[in-house]
Amino acid sequence: MTTARDATAFTSHRIAPRLTRRVVWRTLRDVALVAAAFGFVAATTIGAHAQTQLLNVSYDPTRELYKEINAAFASDWKAKTGETVTVRASHGGSGAQARAVIDGLDADVVTLALGGDIDAIAAKTGKIPADWQKKLPNNASPYTSTIVLLVRKGNPKGIKDWDDLAKPGVAVITPNPKTSGGARWNYLGAWAYAAKKFGGDEAKIRAFVAAIYKNVPVLDTGARGATTSFAQRGLGDVLIAWENEAYLVGDEFGADKFEIVVPSLSILAEPPVAVVDGNIDKKGTRKQAEAYLAYLYTDAAQKIIAKHHYRPSKPEAVDKALVDAFPKLELVTIDGAFGGWAKAQPTHFGDGGVFDQIYKPTK
Amino acid sequence: MGLSATTTLTAPARARFKLESPGLLPGFGLSLGFTIAYLTLIVLIPLAALFLRASGLGLSGLWAIATDARVIASLQVSFGIAFAAALINAVFGLLTAWVLVRYDFPGKSLVDAAVDLPFALPTAVAGIALATLYAPASGNAANNWVGAFLDTHFGVKVANTPLGILVALVFVGLPFVVRTVQPILAELDREVEEAAATMGASRLATIRRVILPALLPAVLTGFALAFARGVGEYGSVIFIAGNMPFISEITPLLIVIKLEGFDYTGATGLALVMLVISFALLLLVNLLQAWTRGRIG
Repeated sequence: MTTARDATAFTSHRIAPRLTRRVVWRTLRDVALVAAAFGFVAATTIGAHAQTQLLNVSYDPTRELYKEINAAFASDWKAKTGETVTVRASHGGSGAQARAVIDGLDADVVTLALGGDIDAIAAKTGKIPADWQKKLPNNASPYTSTIVLLVRKGNPKGIKDWDDLAKPGVAVITPNPKTSGGARWNYLGAWAYAAKKFGGDEAKIRAFVAAIYKNVPVLDTGARGATTSFAQRGLGDVLIAWENEAYLVGDEFGADKFEIVVPSLSILAEPPVAVVDGNIDKKGTRKQAEAYLAYLYTDAAQKIIAKHHYRPSKPEAVDKALVDAFPKLELVTIDGAFGGWAKAQPTHFGDGGVFDQIYKPTK
Repeated sequence: MGLSATTTLTAPARARFKLESPGLLPGFGLSLGFTIAYLTLIVLIPLAALFLRASGLGLSGLWAIATDARVIASLQVSFGIAFAAALINAVFGLLTAWVLVRYDFPGKSLVDAAVDLPFALPTAVAGIALATLYAPASGNAANNWVGAFLDTHFGVKVANTPLGILVALVFVGLPFVVRTVQPILAELDREVEEAAATMGASRLATIRRVILPALLPAVLTGFALAFARGVGEYGSVIFIAGNMPFISEITPLLIVIKLEGFDYTGATGLALVMLVISFALLLLVNLLQAWTRGRIG
């Protein structure tokens, strides 16, 4: 029995390696051939399109806006130069999108929810110069927005301003500022109001903002999630939201169900744009990418921007009725009130920052 | 005799070190090489990268992350609720498998297929559906009747509490137990049960001393799989948890929070902490499994 088993083992031992080696070589050769063929096809297709395709890496709520702008830019560029440019847009959470670019996504331009995210790309990759925000008008923000309050029809809790959000018994819906770019504007809006109300008394401001976040029953991870919680799931009494998102809720769920409450003071949200120099130089798309961002400041693009409820940076280019529809309120800027994102980000939203401190439940 | 004794001693030793083909069919070398190369490429290299990236923290940095109060709270939520959900699934998954194997009823194939749905569904879809269904009574949505019922009649709030996480994890973990127990149960000899009955064993004794011991290793495997899945689950939990720090914040969310702050090292460090704990727990379950198998024989 033992000898028979040994014999089988012996023969298979002798035959198997020769067979496998040949098989391995043949497999390796085939794999190499297929890979070469794929590489060739990929290189030719990418080469043919590199001149005419731009990738705009943007954040979530601009989906509808850039769809319209991209089509308008393509036809404008075609009329001017005869060249066909298609702009592809990628949407997602602002921070996640910035990470994608840091990790190598070939974006020609980035149009994100806050400057801090573009700063991160600049700092981590060097593909964008540190002074990117000086390169385009209005802090590189072709449009602005602000943070408003959305309540249910009839305003049952009588909410008029930020004060009412800090009262006990009011449920406030806002996403987590640690995971959502938009939510950072929400937080800073409340902070700016408190800063004025308490004349800059830091302890009182903290207590006020902490009281608001004590009223938050659920921290969604993104702005759209918070909108869903409030509008569709019926949670909470008030939603802190981007102005354009508040209008969108009305369009989507029926304007008869909600009311927009404009606080006396809020923050000027500046979603900035920048070309990714490191990528466009490699791809040879600098001319088109820069023209694309410049186009955002033209009259035609400003009209589209206002239509989607973003505040145009050139109001004179837009129908007066559309501009008048934007409520007037006192707006503070991130640079003026918080010393820019480079300072506000680590102070308020960094690990162990102010938000972490005021949000630690006292046990 | 002495000679044959030495051959039986050396044969397994040689087989272990020279990788001799264990079967008649050739290809052992190639398939083993492929398996190791594939595992290295798909599993080991990414995990090594995780270690490498987290190594920037050093042991003290890693310890600081692991002992942060908020991290500990989230680990308790993640592992505790995943454990509870896996326990629930072990009991009710076993029951489901039993019904599916032992009884015939109209629509059985449909029920059988439904067990797999949590496998197939994107977990985010499950999370949104569950969150909508279990929203509390204060919500004015029409499709939250389960949540409204529990809230008004029992004062139980499911959505946006740790209970919501439990519901989501029970949902995603169910197929693991059912699908591991089902084939073992199907192969169980019914004669043994009948013999036990003939010999005068009560029904409870038959279950306790004949059926359960044979099924226990499979139930443990299913439990471990459901548990592991629950610990790592993100999509389905995030919509129903409420995500409140220290209360209903899961560790994967903390990793995302660190990533949103571009703290790659901190995020991988936290991932490493989870990996180590999960590995230790799975090892424990495996040992337990080996022990039960050995005890039953």
